[in-house]
Amino acid sequence: MLKYVVRRILQMIPVFIGVTLILFVLRAPGVLPGDPVRMITGERGISDALRDQIIQKHGLDQPLVTQYRLYVQNLLQGDLGESYQRGRPVTDILADKLPNTIRLALVAIVIEAMIGVGAGIISAVKQYSFSDVLVTLSTSVLVSVPVFWLGMLFQIFFGIKLKEWTNGAIYLPISGMSSAQFPDWAHMILPAITLASVSTAYVARIMRSQMLEAGGQDYIRTAEAKGLTRRAVILRHQMKNALIPVVTFIGIDFGVMMGGAILTETVFSWPGVGREIFLAVGQRDWPIVMGGVIIIVFLVMIINLLVDLSYAWLDPRIRYGGAAK
Amino acid sequence: MTEERHHPRDHRIDGPTDVGGHEVRTEATTLPVLPGDVHAYDTQGTSSRTLWGDAWRRLRRNKLAVVSIVWIIMIVIMTVTADVWVVPLFGDPLAVNTTPGSNLQSPSLEHPFGTDKLGRDVFSRVVYGARVSLTVGVLAVSISLLIGLVLGALSGYRGGLTDTFVMRTADVFFAFPYILFAISLIAVLGPSYRNVFIAIGILGWPSIARVFRSSILSIKENEYIDAARAMGASDFRIMFRHVMPNAVAPIIVYGTMSIGGAIITEAALSFLGMGVQPPTPSWGLMLSDAKSLMFVAPWLTIWPGFAILTTVLAFVLLGDGFRDALDVKMKD
Repeated sequence: MLKYVVRRILQMIPVFIGVTLILFVLRAPGVLPGDPVRMITGERGISDALRDQIIQKHGLDQPLVTQYRLYVQNLLQGDLGESYQRGRPVTDILADKLPNTIRLALVAIVIEAMIGVGAGIISAVKQYSFSDVLVTLSTSVLVSVPVFWLGMLFQIFFGIKLKEWTNGAIYLPISGMSSAQFPDWAHMILPAITLASVSTAYVARIMRSQMLEAGGQDYIRTAEAKGLTRRAVILRHQMKNALIPVVTFIGIDFGVMMGGAILTETVFSWPGVGREIFLAVGQRDWPIVMGGVIIIVFLVMIINLLVDLSYAWLDPRIRYGGAAK
Repeated sequence: MTEERHHPRDHRIDGPTDVGGHEVRTEATTLPVLPGDVHAYDTQGTSSRTLWGDAWRRLRRNKLAVVSIVWIIMIVIMTVTADVWVVPLFGDPLAVNTTPGSNLQSPSLEHPFGTDKLGRDVFSRVVYGARVSLTVGVLAVSISLLIGLVLGALSGYRGGLTDTFVMRTADVFFAFPYILFAISLIAVLGPSYRNVFIAIGILGWPSIARVFRSSILSIKENEYIDAARAMGASDFRIMFRHVMPNAVAPIIVYGTMSIGGAIITEAALSFLGMGVQPPTPSWGLMLSDAKSLMFVAPWLTIWPGFAILTTVLAFVLLGDGFRDALDVKMKD
């Protein structure tokens, strides 16, 4: 087990180097159009002295290899450089926003797991019934919906129309994280549902196909033959086995949500990492973009590792490293 | 296996990888070899049924796929002929109308989808928006196909160090959160129509390469490949004459679905202001404009989104249809 963990962590290194390298090369002068100094100052003209000062400060006069080495060196010490625009360390800026993104993703995961698994089970147990068709159809539609549009529809319906129809009695907050009228949790409802929507459809699909798959196995027939109730067979045998790929998906999805949240966060003005990256692109603040992406990639890799390890716990047949016992 | 998986929301279509880095015994991890040249060896001599003929027959029986094809053809015809009928009937999608009261009109007979804040007809802009979406979708996927097929073929056919290098590079691409990678690329390239499909195209190659590689790996083991080699066929000939025709089915499926994915990504990038730039009518851009006008003009939000949804859905369902018709096994 330990050997497996170590190997997995070692395997992460080249991927991580690749990711930082690509991001680094992207902004290197000469590789692609875009002068880094102009990225800092924007379109306005600057004096040569100021230009030199900026180059000096951000080490842009060093050879590219040296710049990269310095960046990685600092990165390993938890330093992602300094924001071009705000003069604050990138780590500070992102550390403020990361908890918000994680909180939103966690709530979305809970929604996704509950609704997705529930819908998948119903759909599989009552195959070809009305509810099965409904689930199948709505999942097809959901995976084709642009997330940001869904968010906007929620805003119009639950934030604006509902308020009009009920004369201002019932409605939901549609932007930000806190306000005077609403408790904080109310602000999470719409963004979390929006963020969860597409994944919920996938969870339902995977759960359905896994349930059907498991339903045809011999151990289900055995369980039925020994006289267990249908309910017990479904919940204790069929569902338990069907859950493994679903859990994996949900785990990976948690990582993906961190990056994917940028659209939801933008629509709902949720102050998370994604929105920060979005704003930084607009301000040409490359260190924030790069730092934000690196942090998310790192989190995704850690989460994926944990998901893989949880496999052994979920399915005792799986053993990592060493011979099977 | 390190990062050999990604999320469907990436809109990179899943290759035949397993779930979570383990052998999923119940699912086919390699793609089946399609008897592509069945018709060449039709010993019965009585039947004219070919693989593609069969596939077409199966596709026609799939109602959802047929509706999708009709819808896609309709969009293409509408947008190609738009100059002839949309402009005279509803107005130029770019013409700003400064007459007081002409902007933000709610839907009416004259303007079925209403008008936007500059008095432009929304229906006209939605129809012209299809041009941008379809063009970006097709061009982006063509770029992905071009890179993905070449690298996938090299990787699968040559194996060894080439394979390792290509697949490790693909891993790095998969490790990136998709939309963030696209944004980083655009941040550097600069937002524009051309750069959007270039960025989406570049990001799409790893899935195509992976799918193609695994088909090639399984086809390579067939006896007819050995036979061809024994007869002295060159690598080039084996590749194009014997391997490619049999590996094309999964690529058709992934390619079709990827067009839907590329359309959604274009919309997302344009929505974030990192895609097509104003005044070009793009669905994502229209939604971005609609965001601040949600209270006064909700119709600005409804129709462009609906256009994205139906178009993407059509490509996804058509991909599903191709998959069933061509009997390609892939992960749900």
